[in-house]
Amino acid sequence: MSHLTDLPTWAAFAVCGLLLFGAATTLIGSLGLLRLSNFYERLHAPTIATSGGTILICLASMLCFAVLQSRWIFHELLIVFFVTVTTPVTLALLGQAALYRDRFEEQNGVPRKHKPDSEKSTD
Amino acid sequence: MRTWFPYPLLSLTLLVMWLLLNQSLAPGSILIGLVLGMVLGWVTLKLHPARSHLHRIGRAARFALEVIADIIRSNIAVASIILRADRVPAIAGFLTVDLDLEDENALALLACIMTATPGTAWLEYDRRRKTLLFHVLDLQNEEVWRATIKRYEAALKEIFHD
Repeated sequence: MSHLTDLPTWAAFAVCGLLLFGAATTLIGSLGLLRLSNFYERLHAPTIATSGGTILICLASMLCFAVLQSRWIFHELLIVFFVTVTTPVTLALLGQAALYRDRFEEQNGVPRKHKPDSEKSTD
Repeated sequence: MRTWFPYPLLSLTLLVMWLLLNQSLAPGSILIGLVLGMVLGWVTLKLHPARSHLHRIGRAARFALEVIADIIRSNIAVASIILRADRVPAIAGFLTVDLDLEDENALALLACIMTATPGTAWLEYDRRRKTLLFHVLDLQNEEVWRATIKRYEAALKEIFHD
């Protein structure tokens, strides 16, 4: 990776800043998994890594290689796109599984499922 | 045109994706990208996905900028909540909002937006009652969150109306 030394100073600073911010954001997201108290709160922690962290690190990569190869580079945008599109699936699945479990165990503080009128009468 | 490209937007996206992956604008890449878009468009035809039409591209672009601003803001907000979590416990809670979105693709896009902005998590959409149950990490002000979702809904409705 010796060609990284070809990076001009301004670009090196920008890439470094973006990378550090991205890594810090991802770290905070992971920290959230430890610190937040219940499952639904912890659900929010990884999203900060998949949105902020991914975007910043991809921007750093785009800038670094665009300056090094002196041409526009956009294919990192695909990473951002696919991460953004696929995360909701996992997240909604986990959230619904937790919701199902908590409703089944009749935990407090979990919203009840609204039963349609036809089902209500048979209960 | 419709017979060759049953889903023009999908084919266009596939072409752009192909060009980005190959990192080239050579005629060969464009040709393969077009063929790929065409063939996968035909395959998608068999899957019968919900069709929706995009309107008002300018409005969509403005909405995208709004969402990006929201993403940045909520990233900072959630990061500070996590860092303060052991001193000030987060006030999290569930919220229910009535949605008036019919279009499945608009709903999917709303789910993506809500996941991309940390602090809101999509939990359950009740198709019959048209209500969305979601979880908010920072429930200081319920009305602000409701208003945010309503704002997204209004914009998506404008963009996706038939």
